[in-house]
Amino acid sequence: MSYQIILNMILALTWMFLSTSATGSSFVIGYLLGAIILYLFRRFFDTPFYLRKVVSVVKLILIFSRELIIANLDVFKTILRPKLELTPGIFTYETSLKKDWEITLLSIMITLTPGTLVMDISPDNKTLYIHALNIREINEMIDGIRNSFEQVIKEVSE
Amino acid sequence: MNEIYSYLFIGIVVIGSCLAVISALGILRLPDVYTRSHAASKTSTLAVSFVLIGTFLYFWVVKGHFNSRILLAVIFIFMTAPVAGHLISRAAYNTGVKLSKMTVRDDMKKAKQAAENKE
Repeated sequence: MSYQIILNMILALTWMFLSTSATGSSFVIGYLLGAIILYLFRRFFDTPFYLRKVVSVVKLILIFSRELIIANLDVFKTILRPKLELTPGIFTYETSLKKDWEITLLSIMITLTPGTLVMDISPDNKTLYIHALNIREINEMIDGIRNSFEQVIKEVSE
Repeated sequence: MNEIYSYLFIGIVVIGSCLAVISALGILRLPDVYTRSHAASKTSTLAVSFVLIGTFLYFWVVKGHFNSRILLAVIFIFMTAPVAGHLISRAAYNTGVKLSKMTVRDDMKKAKQAAENKE
């Protein structure tokens, strides 16, 4: 992956020399052209095209910001209701992610999304203990975490 | 045109401050430490980032001054606020702060007891 980025940089610099202009915009143009060339030659590299990873990172950020806004609307509804209707509780969630940074990212995202807060992680890094504001929707929550966040984090880390 | 933009960005900052007020209300109204840290970690993150992004856009679009430090601040808040919420609730649980009476389920208690029995 880093090999492809360096190659793309070299292509961008070549473009700058060819067009004899040392500005930021010519570097950007050269970088984009280099990315196209790398994409056309992608089957000659032994690793997959690196911008695919960038795309999945962007996807992660988009999913995350959408969930963050939904989460906040949910919490506001709970807070602003004249009579508090809560069924808080702690449930467990089994994760299939292995690396430390992946679990950290997952728990940051869980904490910032609908009514859930990571309280503890078991010593073998497999079980997350999650505190929820409304535990009645527990199955939806688990499905949501598994299908959106965990999936996208896996895409990024591959 | 600049006028319209500045009203738009002022709107973003005002929304952010309203969110901060609501999250403060939440900290006062919710029953126990754990539910309160929900309000503290989620809503305040969004509130502060709204205010910062509004400020950033105002200075960038209206005044023509690109301040990257504000963006860094947003990223750092996103990284640190959830960790703070997690640590506060974990410390509370481990020092034995009780869950509120509304709580219907506690899976962590079982796990803690199982771990103690093993020892």
